[in-house]
Amino acid sequence: MADKVNVKITVNGKLYEREVEPRLLLSDFIRHDLGLTGTHVGCEHGLCGACTVLMNGESVRSCILFTVMADGAEIRTVESLGTMDNMHPLQEAFQEKHALQCGFCTPGILMTAVEFLDGNPNPTAEEAREAIDGNFCRCTGYENIVEAVQLAAKKMAAH
Amino acid sequence: MTESFISKSIKRNEDPRLLTGKSTFIDDINLPGMLHVAIKRSDYAHGRILSLDTSEAKKLPGVVAVYTAEDLGDYWHPGPLQVPPPTAIKGSVFYARPLECIAKDKVRYSGEPVAVVVAESRYIAEDALDYIYLDVEMLDYVGDLEKALEPGSALVHEDLESNLAADVVQEAGSWDKAVAEADHVIKKRLVVNRVAGAAIENRGIVAQWDDNMKILNCWATTQGPIPMRNSIAKYLGLLENQIRMMNPAIGGGFGPKIMSSQIDDVIVPWIAIKLGQPIKWFEDRRENFLGTTSERDQVHYSEIAVKNDGTVLGVKDVFYHNTGAYNPYGMTVPLNTQTHTVSNYNIPNFFTEIKMVFTNQMVVTPVRGAGRPQGVFVMERLMDAAAKRLGISPVEIRRKNVLQPEAFPFHTGIIGQDFVEGILDSGNYPAALEKTLEAIEYDKFKNEIQPKLRADGKHSGIGVILFTEGTAVGPYEGAKVMVGVSGKVNVVCAYSNQGQGHYTTFAQVAASQLGVKVTDVNVVIGDSGQWQWGVGAFASRGMTLVGTAIHQASVKVREKALNLASKLLNAPVEELELNDGVVRIADIPEQFISLGDLAMKANPTRGTVEEGMEPGLEAASYYGPPHGATGFGCLGMILDVDAETAMPKIARLVITDDCGTPVNPMIVDGQIHGGLQMGIGEAFFENLVYDEYGQMVTASFMDYLFPQASDMPDKFEVKHMVTPSPLNPLGIKGVGEAGAIGVPACYMQALEDALYEHDLDIRESSINPSKLFHYVKNAKSA
Repeated sequence: MADKVNVKITVNGKLYEREVEPRLLLSDFIRHDLGLTGTHVGCEHGLCGACTVLMNGESVRSCILFTVMADGAEIRTVESLGTMDNMHPLQEAFQEKHALQCGFCTPGILMTAVEFLDGNPNPTAEEAREAIDGNFCRCTGYENIVEAVQLAAKKMAAH
Repeated sequence: MTESFISKSIKRNEDPRLLTGKSTFIDDINLPGMLHVAIKRSDYAHGRILSLDTSEAKKLPGVVAVYTAEDLGDYWHPGPLQVPPPTAIKGSVFYARPLECIAKDKVRYSGEPVAVVVAESRYIAEDALDYIYLDVEMLDYVGDLEKALEPGSALVHEDLESNLAADVVQEAGSWDKAVAEADHVIKKRLVVNRVAGAAIENRGIVAQWDDNMKILNCWATTQGPIPMRNSIAKYLGLLENQIRMMNPAIGGGFGPKIMSSQIDDVIVPWIAIKLGQPIKWFEDRRENFLGTTSERDQVHYSEIAVKNDGTVLGVKDVFYHNTGAYNPYGMTVPLNTQTHTVSNYNIPNFFTEIKMVFTNQMVVTPVRGAGRPQGVFVMERLMDAAAKRLGISPVEIRRKNVLQPEAFPFHTGIIGQDFVEGILDSGNYPAALEKTLEAIEYDKFKNEIQPKLRADGKHSGIGVILFTEGTAVGPYEGAKVMVGVSGKVNVVCAYSNQGQGHYTTFAQVAASQLGVKVTDVNVVIGDSGQWQWGVGAFASRGMTLVGTAIHQASVKVREKALNLASKLLNAPVEELELNDGVVRIADIPEQFISLGDLAMKANPTRGTVEEGMEPGLEAASYYGPPHGATGFGCLGMILDVDAETAMPKIARLVITDDCGTPVNPMIVDGQIHGGLQMGIGEAFFENLVYDEYGQMVTASFMDYLFPQASDMPDKFEVKHMVTPSPLNPLGIKGVGEAGAIGVPACYMQALEDALYEHDLDIRESSINPSKLFHYVKNAKSA
């Protein structure tokens, strides 16, 4: 087993300094080393998108990155959005539009949408659909997610 | 009047927790001292185990133990069957071969477990798998359903004479009579493909033995927590209440999470007790593809007998059903196929035969749809073929034969998965057909739009099919409803929730009787420490069975509350009303008592106990229907096909669905959307494919095409009808599988219409550009 490596990673505004195995996946680091279990793992192939987080503002698949690759980076996970009593407009929109059922893929979709709406604050349905195309959802058929992303854009503009 | 929340689109109670990442899924559970399991699986599809060497794996630092079937000793035994074979069907044959939790002498499919590694981390456990050496004497792979039954085929179970796993014949009326009276008998060989449940969360289990209390705490992604608990108790020789089985949040189910007596629930609790440390196993995606369960995969030899005027006299369907290497789930799937073949139509003569076949493939158990799509596919393809032969439109032949509203309750004469005769409880099928035709503007499309498109060289086709959804089957479910001293309500049941919204819909049912807010009802699902009677989440039965049990229990609690309030307020029950969490005298609103105070008073103190007293504002109830309630609907689709690339695009998709009373219409629509997505996946994208050696070549999302957002139509046009079921007080029927059932049949009808000039005859439930190219090519050369 290779020697452990020291990493400094800022997650949701908090700096963590940890010793990790070079092969430790970023998704496992976030979930199991830091206990931020809102980020989910669905395939470990970088395909389903459930593990999507923001790294330095860009969406990445945390299941196909090693933790050491995030050394010095700023990570944002679903826990950085709203709280149960005070949800982010995007989260409110997802509830209002019934854009989640089992909710397992949802954190990855929310983080994808955060980045997308940052660059496109007033998307068409087609653009919103294209934005979430890389995130698998088995429950919803996606239509309500598309509507929720558009509704979130309106809510965020009004804020 | 107490405010009713039934049929209201209420926002879900569970969403804030899920949306903020605060729900606990199975892999989020981490306990002190927890060890991790990885499973060594056979790379061979069929072979006799010659040796299994685990010695090197055991030496790896961090590995705690490695177990094989041999290490399990007397603890190892197959099964039991999760669903018994039907006893009600005369002459049926069923050779029970329940799952082996871990292969002992033979491996029967690629992906079958052969050893279990326990290690300090999942990483180390997976490392160790590479140091386990399995040597087998290779045996011929059995994969072709028809060849598997030919003499001389290799045998999956060598103690049987053939690979026939079951044979069930059912006949209503007389097929021979239909043939004798028919002007045409049309035959078709139809093939249904195989698809994965593919919930985004894989399966998992965590077990922790408390040696002081002698209690096994278990968390599992199971769709059937009580059956799984009972199975574990039987294996370990424990009393049921020594196992506390809990469902964490579950990331989708779709069928394959129903299974127990698999390696996870048989071995992981055993290891937890043996080692005295908590154990976690969380399946990865590759294992899910190789070693969980999946469904469809049937070959049908079907015939339809019709008269020149379009009257259908009879249908005959003899089909091969792949059960994989074992048949732990009994006959559920193919029986659903039998009951869903002719059910939309008035067809007096129906002969149906199941030939269930063992193969060297993963085990088949229900996946959303569960046998229903196959039956509907066969029937609708036959109807299309008959219409074509007679030169009438697909709509006309359906109009002519559709079951009429006055026929209900309709006795089908075919025994179903609940082992009683299928009885269609209520419905109006012609209305669903007409509503769909109107919404999709069928006549306008055929008469105005399509001719213009064709004149421009464009290929656009339309399909319209009917389907039924047998739902809400027995045996039973139960629930307990309790008002707490805070005035909030607790509902406990043993069902299982994978995203269907039960934390809200069950709350709506209780709140409608108890005069509280939906957000003030706390729903506990699948915690055997709190409630221990029930069966599980399958066959779209939660809302109907658990919902009815909750309704009945809530009615009792309401009565208890009103009777107690009547005493305390000195007013007759008829003069009381229950709303906003308080009971008031209707005419004297300042005289009231809160539900919380009533709950407090309902727990007697010394000297206040009356005879026959039952403490608490609490009641339990059970509901077991005589037979299932049958939802139904009609699906219409317009498909545009790019003739150059053979790529179809769904231009419009209209579904009319009737699931009786919709408790939460928003959630009903969500269920339909999700089902449609799976149906579209099945018709065009998803395929589990084995090669000629029994290796699955689609064991990742790189090769198994999961339907994505851009693969869906822009809009699902969902229309509703409400024909309440007479079987339960709220008139509910299930809806979970509705969307998934009809898509392949509708898709192929629309595709043939789009490519009309080639006169295609599509005989399989799943198409892709490459197959389509070959259909067109073959049609040209014919």
